[in-house]
Formats: sequence, C-alpha cells, structure tokens
Amino acid sequence: MATQQTQVLARGLLTPAVALLLVWMIVPLAMTIYFSLLHYNLLDPGSEAFVGLENFRYFLTDPAFLASLQNTLVLVGSVLAITIVLGVPLALLLDQPVLGRSIVRLMVIAPFFVMPTVSALVWKNLLLHPVSGLLAWLSTLVGITPIDWFNDAPMTAIIMIVAWQWLPFATLILLTALQSQDEEQKEAAEMDGASALSTFLYLTLPHLARPITVVILIETIFLLTVFAEIFVTTGGGPGLQTTNIAFLIYSQALIQYDVGSASAGGLVAVVIANIIAFFLVRVVGRNLEA
Amino acid sequence: MARRVTARRMVVSTVAAWFFGGLIFFPILWMVLTSFKTELEAFTVPPSFLFFDWTTENYATVQERSDYFLHALNSIVIAGGSTLIAALIAVPAAWSMAFAPTKRTKDILLWMLSTKMMPAVGVLVPIYLLFKNLGLLDTRSGLIAILCLGNLPIVVWMLFTYFKEIPRDILEAARMDGATIRRELTYVLLPMAIPGIASTLLLNLILAWNEAFWTLNLSTSKAAPLTVFIASYSSPEGLFWAKLSAASTMAIAPILVLGWFCQRQLVRGLTFGAVK
Repeated sequence: MATQQTQVLARGLLTPAVALLLVWMIVPLAMTIYFSLLHYNLLDPGSEAFVGLENFRYFLTDPAFLASLQNTLVLVGSVLAITIVLGVPLALLLDQPVLGRSIVRLMVIAPFFVMPTVSALVWKNLLLHPVSGLLAWLSTLVGITPIDWFNDAPMTAIIMIVAWQWLPFATLILLTALQSQDEEQKEAAEMDGASALSTFLYLTLPHLARPITVVILIETIFLLTVFAEIFVTTGGGPGLQTTNIAFLIYSQALIQYDVGSASAGGLVAVVIANIIAFFLVRVVGRNLEA
Repeated sequence: MARRVTARRMVVSTVAAWFFGGLIFFPILWMVLTSFKTELEAFTVPPSFLFFDWTTENYATVQERSDYFLHALNSIVIAGGSTLIAALIAVPAAWSMAFAPTKRTKDILLWMLSTKMMPAVGVLVPIYLLFKNLGLLDTRSGLIAILCLGNLPIVVWMLFTYFKEIPRDILEAARMDGATIRRELTYVLLPMAIPGIASTLLLNLILAWNEAFWTLNLSTSKAAPLTVFIASYSSPEGLFWAKLSAASTMAIAPILVLGWFCQRQLVRGLTFGAVK
C-alpha cells in the first residue's frame, strides 16, 4: 500500500539525522561521565584511577566554582535585563513611522552578525582602552577620569560587550512580534479614547509576553556558555573576576589538563543548563497555551 | 485604513530612531574608520573622525604578514562544508517529519531541541581527547563535523517549519493525478521548498562562520578560521589597532551582507519557529 510505503520511506529519511544526533549526544556525555569518576591528568599519564565522586567534591568545594557560578548568574542576568529593558522601547521605536526605517533596522541588527572575537577586541581596544579608547577620550572631555575597564570593572566591561551583541537579537524578535500585532485592535482602542500608555500596557505588553519569554529562553541558553568574549579579553581575570562556569571548565581541561575535574565541572554545567531549560520550557509552554 | 500620522510624530521618531540606531552601529563604523588610519593615528588622542590620511596599507599588511587568505579560505570551507552536510542530512529528516508525521514526531523534534540546550563546554573534554587521539585537532574536517552536528537541530527545525507551510492539498492533487513520489518531489515540492531551504542554509552559514567555541578550542593555525585568526590579535595589546580593524572588517563584511539579506529568517531560525 502506498501509505505504508511512504511510512517506510519516511522512517528511512529520518533515521540518519536521529542516529547522528543520538551519537552526538550520548557518546561524549557518556565519556564525560566516565572521566568524571577518574583521577585523570594529561600531565601525569598512566596514573588514571577510579576515584568515585572525588572530582565532584573537589570541583564543587573549589572556591573558584562558587565565584564562577556567581559570575555566570551576574552575566546572564545583567545581559538579559539590559537587552529586554532596552530592546522593548527600541522595538517600539522602530515600529513607528520612521524615515529610512529599513536602514535604521540594518544598523541595529548589525552587531549580531559580528563574530564574538571581533566584537570583544574592538570593544577592548578601540572603545574601552583606558588611555586611547574612545570612551576614555569622551570622559576626559566631560571632566571624568577615564575608567580602566578591564582592571577596575572587568565584569561590567564583559557585560557591555555581550549586551551589545544580543540587544539586536532581542530587538529584532520583539519588532517582528510587534509587526504582527492587530492594528485594528489598536485603532479601536484609540477611538475609544485609550491613552497611548494604556494601549501599551493592556494591548502591546500582553502581546509581547510570549516573544519576551522566547528571547529569555534562547538568550539564556547562549549566555550560559559565553566563552570567546572572555577568552580574548580578560582570560577570566583579574583573579577570578570574569571567570564563568564555561571558562572555569576550559581552564581546568586545557590549561591545567585535569581531565577528571573538568569532566565533573562539565556535568555540573549540563545539570545547571538543564534546570534552567526545564523551567523556561515550562514557562514557554504555559505561554503557548494561553 | 492607515492610521493618521502627524508630521511631528514622524520627525520625532525618525530622529530618535536614527540616533539610537547610529549609537548601536557606531562600534562597527569606528572599526571600519580605524582600519583606514595609520597605526599612529589609530592610537592618537583626541581621535580624528574623518580628517586623517586615509590609507589602505593595513589591508595589504594583514595579508602579507599573517596569511589572511588562508584563514578566510578555512572559514569558507568550514562554514560552507558544515552547512552543506547538515542540509543533506536535515532535508530528508525534515521532509519526513513534515509530510509523514507519526505519534512520535513532536517528541523527536523536542528532543532535537534539547540537544541544542546542552552546553558545549559539558563535552569539551571528551571531544578534545577524541580529536587528539584521532588526529583531528587543527583539521578542517574535524571542525566541519563538529559544527555540522552542533547546528543540525536548528537546521532540522527551521526546515520543518518551512515544509509544514507547504499546503497539503497540492500534494494530494498531484497524487490524484497519478504523480509518482519522485515526480511529486521534483515538480511540486522542490520548487516550493527552495526558498525555505535557501534561507535555512544562509542562516546556518552565518552561525557556522561566527562560531567561536569549538573553533577556538580545536584549531590553532593551519585549519584556523577567521574567528581564531582575529583572536590572535589579543596578545600584543594595543599595538596593532589599525591592522586589527582591517582584519576584522574583512572578516565580518561578507557575513554582514549575508545577514542583512536574511533578517527575517534569523528570527525564525533562532526561535525554532516560535516567532515569525
């Protein structure tokens, strides 16, 4: 029968993708779990031994872990807050009648297409350098002593760079959502004498609830593992001030060559990401039903 | 009926939009300007905005000293290769789920989404060791494989949302007229699917071009794409701003152009079809 034939064909077409993703998910994860139970340091070959949960105890009680967890949360939270708080008004503005709107939109979206290493280095040198950076020059113009961002406020500097990269994403999604809003509904509200503020509060904001949740979900997934921006600017320092979980695991694996401990850390990162993904998917799911 | 737009409102929003748009775009503009300065001018305070001796020597020097084209070629091969392979695997899968869905299709899609939520750093250690033992470190083929797997869920999802929009009636009509599956594919489905496939490929190309976790960790020199090449400017701090700017401008220019063409698809791809 044709339908049965189609079913068989369909399954055959689906299998390669599913099989590859299954292998991609299971093999490295199983290896990470295995390594996490071993004493395994690349600088000390031949000394591999089963140590149970020792690596987890070491990783979780390491003061660097708490510091990097805190840094991760600060980074994710701040960038989310900045991109939403600035993204909503920016999207509203771009939804207005603006001369040359498509050009403005291109300028706003551009930072998202800049590779992370480029944006990090351009910000670090051309804009934030304490002597020759543009911000230093601007602050001397208005009589403020220039800030040595990467020494005195390194996390703020990283947050600025990452927020600059993700603001376009939030704005673009919110703008896309605004453009699908029912114009007639707004007109009706205006005719009934609703103020601009109440139109925004009671019509536009509820309409944006779902896209905002989507922005939070997707940004969180990416922001939990910010790496390149830290790698090329601060290297996690000074001290541990800009070390997030991703960078901590990287430095344990590829700088200290401590495979066991880095694997334990990797699993901790997977667990954290899953907790957040779980909650966010529920929120999005509830939003979908509403 | 269009709403009445007062001239004043238009002027205010236009000025505001251009101001904030310009502010956001400024770092990129500043980088491009700096790439045409001499190293000395790039470093001078107060900075000159337009009235400096424009020079293109930085672009020439970047190529001479650091083999820019090798890294650009690596970026093209790695981003292009991983995109093509991902498409070859994903098109059949998405086609199958969109046109012959089963009870488990939704679960499979959500499961694919969940693989994307796994932080790359969680599997950095095993992947690094596998690459080391298989001799894949600093090879293009290794990076192509990793980026392809990493982006596969997004590609499948995006294609699925596009294929889902192709009206079923047309297929049934074709089938009624006695079209075989092959004819149905080539004459009915393919023409309707091509725009969706093209924008999916474009978005994936951008994501792969800018990927900077695996490329930084798994390549150093001969297979290093532009992300890694630019990162090499981080060490001698503050000495080569003009050259850094020139190299950066060349690295982002092609993707900026591509990206501008597919803004809408970007929204759709990155939100897994949740916002269109």
